[in-house]
Amino acid sequence: MAGHSNYVPQSAAAKWLESRLPVISLVRGSFVDFPTPKNLNYWWTFGGILFFVLIAQILTGIVLVMHYTPNTLLAFGSVEHIMRDVNFGWLLRYLHSNGASMFFIAVYIHIFRGLYYGSYKAPREISWILGVIIFLIMMGTAFMGYVLPWGQMSFWGATVITNLFSAIPLVGESIVTWLWGGFAVDNPTLNRFFSLHYLLPFMIFGVVILHVWAFHTTGNNNPTGVQPKTKQDTLPFHPYYTVKDLFAIVVFMIFFCWFAFYLPNYLGHADNYIEANPLVTPAHIVPEWYFLPFYAILRAVPDKLGGVVLMFGAIAVLFILPWLDTSKVRSGKYRPLFKQFFWIFAVTCVALGYLGAMPAEGIYVTLSRIFTAYYFAHFLLVLPLLGFLEKPRPLPASISEAVLKGGSGMPAGATSAPETK
Amino acid sequence: MSTMINMVRSLAAVAALAMATPAMAAGAKIEIDYQQWSFAGPFGYYDRGQLQRGFKVYRENCSACHGLKFVAFRNLAEEGGPSFSEDQAKAIAAEYTVVDGPDDFGDMFDRPAILADRFPSPFPNEQAARAANNGAYPPDFSLLAKARAAQRGFPGFVFDIFTQYQENGPDYIYSLLTGYVEDPEGIEVPEGQYYNHSFLAGQFISMAPPLYDEAVEYTDGTPMTVDNYARDVAAFMMWAAEPHLEQRKKIGFRVMVFLIFFAGLLYFTKKKLWRNVEH
Repeated sequence: MAGHSNYVPQSAAAKWLESRLPVISLVRGSFVDFPTPKNLNYWWTFGGILFFVLIAQILTGIVLVMHYTPNTLLAFGSVEHIMRDVNFGWLLRYLHSNGASMFFIAVYIHIFRGLYYGSYKAPREISWILGVIIFLIMMGTAFMGYVLPWGQMSFWGATVITNLFSAIPLVGESIVTWLWGGFAVDNPTLNRFFSLHYLLPFMIFGVVILHVWAFHTTGNNNPTGVQPKTKQDTLPFHPYYTVKDLFAIVVFMIFFCWFAFYLPNYLGHADNYIEANPLVTPAHIVPEWYFLPFYAILRAVPDKLGGVVLMFGAIAVLFILPWLDTSKVRSGKYRPLFKQFFWIFAVTCVALGYLGAMPAEGIYVTLSRIFTAYYFAHFLLVLPLLGFLEKPRPLPASISEAVLKGGSGMPAGATSAPETK
Repeated sequence: MSTMINMVRSLAAVAALAMATPAMAAGAKIEIDYQQWSFAGPFGYYDRGQLQRGFKVYRENCSACHGLKFVAFRNLAEEGGPSFSEDQAKAIAAEYTVVDGPDDFGDMFDRPAILADRFPSPFPNEQAARAANNGAYPPDFSLLAKARAAQRGFPGFVFDIFTQYQENGPDYIYSLLTGYVEDPEGIEVPEGQYYNHSFLAGQFISMAPPLYDEAVEYTDGTPMTVDNYARDVAAFMMWAAEPHLEQRKKIGFRVMVFLIFFAGLLYFTKKKLWRNVEH
């Protein structure tokens, strides 16, 4: 990272600092002079958008904690205190609760961008795996955050999800008791979820640094999937991508604010404005929208343990994705067959999300099973086979060449060996 | 620009995916009679007269069974609400009795409420409420307008994103209050319950029809009908659940104007910066 810095300390103080802790050249090398492929499209701005949302969540969260009380008797009322009595408390809370949804919207786009352009392939496997780890921690953080207002969905969602662990043979029940800190979701559960909800975002922040470090070591992927060859293929990160990312972040903020100011409860569930009551089960226990595809997979399997295994498997399979995809070509742009399967996969995920919100009965269960089967088939059958069956289109010799040809990727010189990186 | 349009389009698609939650509240098909609300949309505001009338309906008709525990008397005089004067709010508070103490002798005592107090609940606890209401528990009104939502279904929930529809609660409350229709043929209504075609938790509700024409005296000339009572009290309950709605929408508009303007500036900055780069 620091290796890309063009920084030469001028003042005596700067020289003194540089020889002891080269933090300025580290930042310059990573976020100022860092050579970035010049052909990145707007799908690449979601990394910056995610960083913005993470920081926004941490900042609003820190202030919310100043007014929140993690106790089953007081939590619900303290959230109402924030909404009614704290200056701009409603704004903080709506930004934070909608921010969670925005985080997932952005992360899903970011993940699908990586899937389409093959950003998980060598040499970026570590960056990809770190990304999946971030995704996992995010899911845990969001789940525990949703429990904190102690509404009906908070309580029953927590009950359903923690109960999943009881499916583990032999030790399942003990693990659930251990997670709860008792024999039901109760005050100890709320307290530990609160503690972890505060801790995990900082862990996300740490893994984000590693994630960025990894792809700054290999260099960014880009829409052609071809590694930059000369200086003509790259631009310094600043000002080109700082300004472009900032523009994208502000556009995303418009979308974010549309929800936070005008539809603050659209993405939430009405039942969560009813205080948690262990004696009254809601008619339908539905997780937040971002968990619905996984919820559909969980319910598609008639066996509890099987459902839990497949649900976690749906994320676990992402860890080995770099080795499941056998194609030497990174970008989906040059893979005519992959492209079609990619969109089938995208539709599958949306369909699973829809099915996760439907009652687990009749046609919905059948459809859930079909789509669950395809979800796994995509990773375990389609991607491994495509590498052998598909004839990729010729790759451009370089990013610059692809750009000059309008990105169509039909340069004469590169027809012979598409695999050459 | 086309990449931008694609991005916006994709965001909309993802947002559509974000559906689920409010739409799936309940499985039962119920009748919702959608109303025009002054507080709907980006420039929504509460109609002061309506909130004051709604409060009157609440106080005279509902408060014997339904609490309002998160609302304080001072809220009645705050901006963005029913806008009673401070003296009016004090007078209203004084009509309620709250328990305070302990005093210097260790005894709890009753006193008239002041602005800083919240509305005392009509029953000391849920058990007492159920005992007095044939086993049913009259829910507290503070959050009810946000805690109830009828299923919107597809594609309604997608359009809701663009129309900013967030009035599920008041629409449901209005429909429920006016939903006591004649018992359909062949349906046996259980003892002590009433048929209501808008009730989320089944068709029989334990609450007797609470409103009748002329039941509450309106002094501003508004016709004293069940229809108006239902709409006014639903609006009041929306305010009780979301007292900062006006401030939220006003600030939201300014934020939007700023962000769109700022995004425009950044777009042209970016365009100028990249003008000599083939990309």
